[in-house]
Amino acid sequence: MFGRIFLTALAAGVLSGIFIWGAHSIKTTPLILAAEVYENQGEAVGDGLHQVLPTAPAAEEEEWGPADGFERNAYTLLSDVLASIGFAFLLTGMIALSGRHVDWRQGIVWGLCGFAAFFVSPSLGLPPELPGMQTAELSARQAWWLSTAAAAITGLALIALQPRVGLKWVGAGLIIVPHLVGAPHPEIAPSALPAELAAQFAATTLVVTGLFWMVLGGLTGYFYNRFERS
Amino acid sequence: MNTKTLLLKDRIAVDAAHRVVPAVLALLFGGFLILGVGFIQPSTLHNAAHDGRHAMAFPCH
Repeated sequence: MFGRIFLTALAAGVLSGIFIWGAHSIKTTPLILAAEVYENQGEAVGDGLHQVLPTAPAAEEEEWGPADGFERNAYTLLSDVLASIGFAFLLTGMIALSGRHVDWRQGIVWGLCGFAAFFVSPSLGLPPELPGMQTAELSARQAWWLSTAAAAITGLALIALQPRVGLKWVGAGLIIVPHLVGAPHPEIAPSALPAELAAQFAATTLVVTGLFWMVLGGLTGYFYNRFERS
Repeated sequence: MNTKTLLLKDRIAVDAAHRVVPAVLALLFGGFLILGVGFIQPSTLHNAAHDGRHAMAFPCH
């Protein structure tokens, strides 16, 4: 079983990681780069103000970051593949825990559940962010994001993987509760970032991530079925 | 009849144990990777994973 889970998650994760990296390179990274132009303009104004102050904080330029172009794309490939392998292990772990037979068709449905838990539900409160967008404090957003995803996974499992009706309702409640509590949001002030960019980014990530989860789910189901004997 | 039921129950229990440990380990490892790529804040890691984090809709910055 160890071998089956490991091989399934690794194969499905690497392949769908390369897929989403391609989609990111073509569709979302250009929007991030375009948004950074506005973000840097904002920072330039900020730096101008700092120079007036006698005790300006040390410049942040010493922080390492990949150089634009090849190096930056290579690191995005690495992080996309690692995230994809991580999602693949979560998906394969849930499938193995359920003890159900899964082929590539059912795998796509499992993948769509992952999409619902890791993208749709968190994005309903915290839409995909472009650099330079106004956001609430990071740790509060991360805590809300993680709790919402965890609640959605538990809720979906209670609805789909166990037979008791009462617990299915508890599951539905779990999915909704984070949205009743509400995600942390900042006071919104006029911003230099064009709304068109943000709208295009939100729609693009929705489609790209949805496709990614269908590919990941389908491949996970395929390999899980194929590696049954190992 | 009873023995048969017992055997069947045992088999199901063994199957479950055989499944559950690797499955839970897989969930832990997957969660560890997602936290590492999407959430950990040291600036080196943040900058390396920056574009991926934004495009996967993880909270960034």
